[in-house]
Amino acid sequence: MTENTSMSKLNSYQNHKSKEEMKHQVITFALMIIFTLIAFYAVAVDMDKIFVIPLILILAIVQVGFQFYYFMHMKDKGHELVALLIFGGIWVAAVAILTFTTIIWW
Amino acid sequence: MSIASTQQKGFWAILWDYLTTVDHKKLGNMYIAAGAFFFVLGGIEALVIRIQLAKPENDFISAGLYNEMITMHGTTMIFFAAMPILIGFMNAIMPLQIGARDVAFPFLNSLGFWLFLFGGIMLNLSWFLGGAPDAGWTAYAPLSIQSPGHGMDFYILGLQLSGAGTLMGGINFLVTIVTMRAPGMTYMRMPLFTWTTFVASILILFAFPALTVGLFLLMFDRLFGSAFFDVALGGNSVIWQHLFWIFGHPEVYILILPAFGIFSEIIPVFSRKRLFGYTSMVFATFLIAFLGFMVWAHHMFAVGLGPTANAIFAVGTMAIAVPTGIKIFNWLATLWGGSITINSAMLWSLGFIPSFTIGGMTGVMLGATTADYQYHDTYFVIAHFHYVIVGGVVFGILAGLHYWWPKLFGKVLNEAMGKIAFWFFFIGFHLTFFIQHFLGLMGMPRRYWVFLEGQGLDTGNMISTVGAFLMGIGSLVFIINVVYTTVKGEKAGNDPWGDGRSLEWSISSPPKEYNFKQLPLVRGLDPYWIEKMEGNKKMTPAQPVNDIHMPNGSILPLIMTIGFFIASFGFIYQVDNNLWLIALFGGMAIALGSMLARSLVDDYGYHIHKEDLEKEVD
Ligand code: HEM
Ligand SMILES: [Cu+2]
Repeated sequence: MTENTSMSKLNSYQNHKSKEEMKHQVITFALMIIFTLIAFYAVAVDMDKIFVIPLILILAIVQVGFQFYYFMHMKDKGHELVALLIFGGIWVAAVAILTFTTIIWW
Repeated sequence: MSIASTQQKGFWAILWDYLTTVDHKKLGNMYIAAGAFFFVLGGIEALVIRIQLAKPENDFISAGLYNEMITMHGTTMIFFAAMPILIGFMNAIMPLQIGARDVAFPFLNSLGFWLFLFGGIMLNLSWFLGGAPDAGWTAYAPLSIQSPGHGMDFYILGLQLSGAGTLMGGINFLVTIVTMRAPGMTYMRMPLFTWTTFVASILILFAFPALTVGLFLLMFDRLFGSAFFDVALGGNSVIWQHLFWIFGHPEVYILILPAFGIFSEIIPVFSRKRLFGYTSMVFATFLIAFLGFMVWAHHMFAVGLGPTANAIFAVGTMAIAVPTGIKIFNWLATLWGGSITINSAMLWSLGFIPSFTIGGMTGVMLGATTADYQYHDTYFVIAHFHYVIVGGVVFGILAGLHYWWPKLFGKVLNEAMGKIAFWFFFIGFHLTFFIQHFLGLMGMPRRYWVFLEGQGLDTGNMISTVGAFLMGIGSLVFIINVVYTTVKGEKAGNDPWGDGRSLEWSISSPPKEYNFKQLPLVRGLDPYWIEKMEGNKKMTPAQPVNDIHMPNGSILPLIMTIGFFIASFGFIYQVDNNLWLIALFGGMAIALGSMLARSLVDDYGYHIHKEDLEKEVD
């Protein structure tokens, strides 16, 4: 009897969790579409380059973040190592690109 | 399966077994055997170099052949001797240390081995096909672009093949360690050799792509008329140096970190103490790996990057001395107050500490930019990197061979011969390379075919050559030891040293093909030691005896590799004759065809049944 109630509690807890999860997914998905629309719009209305390029880059970075953390579940537990490796790789690439852009190409 | 293996098998059956095996222990042994073969080749090349430099203006070999010798010596030793032997250890030992039954991707593991082996064969075939590569193991452009003949093409494609294999190995080890640890084996309970395997694999994952890109660009310049590195056509030859060293510096840590891991296993066992500062050892390993990616330009101080860039890279370089120092002190503190047994494995470890420290010290000297303008491209550099590579990596390999030989092959190497080999090699090593510091400071440049008389370089070079031959004798004694042990050695028990701490010593030597009949329950750092201290003879099992799922062997990795091998020849020779395109496309067809076969045909492996397992003694 007690077992049963705790099971149903657990179930409702999980239901709640997956509902939350679903909500997050939908929100991020909507946001990503909006971001994309903004990017297209900014280019379409011929805004100043100085403004458009950083804007698009920032939107892109946020979208990558959404992709990693929400769609690929990096925000969930047990993904610390994956995060370490991804950020390690980003770091290595960034240092190399920084060097190339500062002392070789320009 | 294991019952069949106790029956006598014919030669062909055994050969087939090895060609198709996906067992990590067999592949580990194959890596070590092939690496040892290339080590002998590289050693012979080293002796030829030293004979040529024994006296002033010697004409033992021609200038062109000398260039081929130094290139092949460096390339062979780094890519086909040191690295494969270490990967062999990782393969054979790491899964045992974490209580796994195999690596995560056994098929990929076998593919990685064959790619490495055929890459090495490809490179060395150049000797018979019109001349070996001769632009140095660093293959600097524009020399490597202008080098006539096909030598450099063999270098490019040979390294490309074996590099792909190494990358696969690295990914495989990462996934294995992340997903296949036994119950209770948390990260902070992993033995140091497993940790260094893990970190070296991360380095492989991030560093090798830079080499792959560089080699592709070089290949396009040489074979398809592009001009990435050709200044006359708007290219930039310095980019090659960057790409090479973005790979090259992490590469030296890929070599030394596993060796550090080996010493961190041996020293506690033969001091009968747990490793001092385990946590700081793990931390230092990560720190070295992290810093290792930010220092590559210390190989390029003399290129003219400008004072700001040089200063930044110099600071990074010197910073690496800190985590390395942490490790040295931890080993010393482990020895401190321990009850120390000095056998061959321990001799190599004790010899390593001062030798490697000298190499680290000259490294910091070289890291001082302004001073490096004086040292660069002299024998001082040669002395430095041999102190770290031979005094660190080669000593580590030999220590590891003595330590794990019983686990790998079931027999203990002869101690007397082990010690003789050590002393010959150790004395020879210091004779060869210590004097080279001074030769370098006196201005003797590296990679020169001859030196002149009467410049004070004669005696030093002679001493160096004598030392090299002593190392040769030491290596010979070791090889004799291996043959002797194989024929006459006694069978080793599970824990031949009596003081084994990690899981590999809790199972038979050599282990059964499934390693652990029941996965062990890990209750702390040094799990086997903990059980022994509580009076248990065996690990506490974490599961009942059950059917064990095993992967099937496969010949496909070998066929795939042969396909790529043939295609590589096609790439090289299509510039001479279009008919070679047949080899290119044919080889690719074989390789891609076997990939297709692998993807379409399901292979579920097989089970070793509970009833058979219960019959086995352990
Ligand atoms: C028997 C022991 C060894 C001897 C006597 C030896 C000797 C030499 C000599 C004489 C050179 C040529 C220097 C020059 O004029 O450029 C050299 C270069 C080199 N050695 Fe060794 N070596 C030995 C072992 C090793 C090992 C075990 C490794 C690596 C694992 C290694 C890696 C290298 C590298 C990377 C170079 C540079 C090649 C180049 O710059 O083209 N050596 N060695
Ligand atoms: Cu370096």
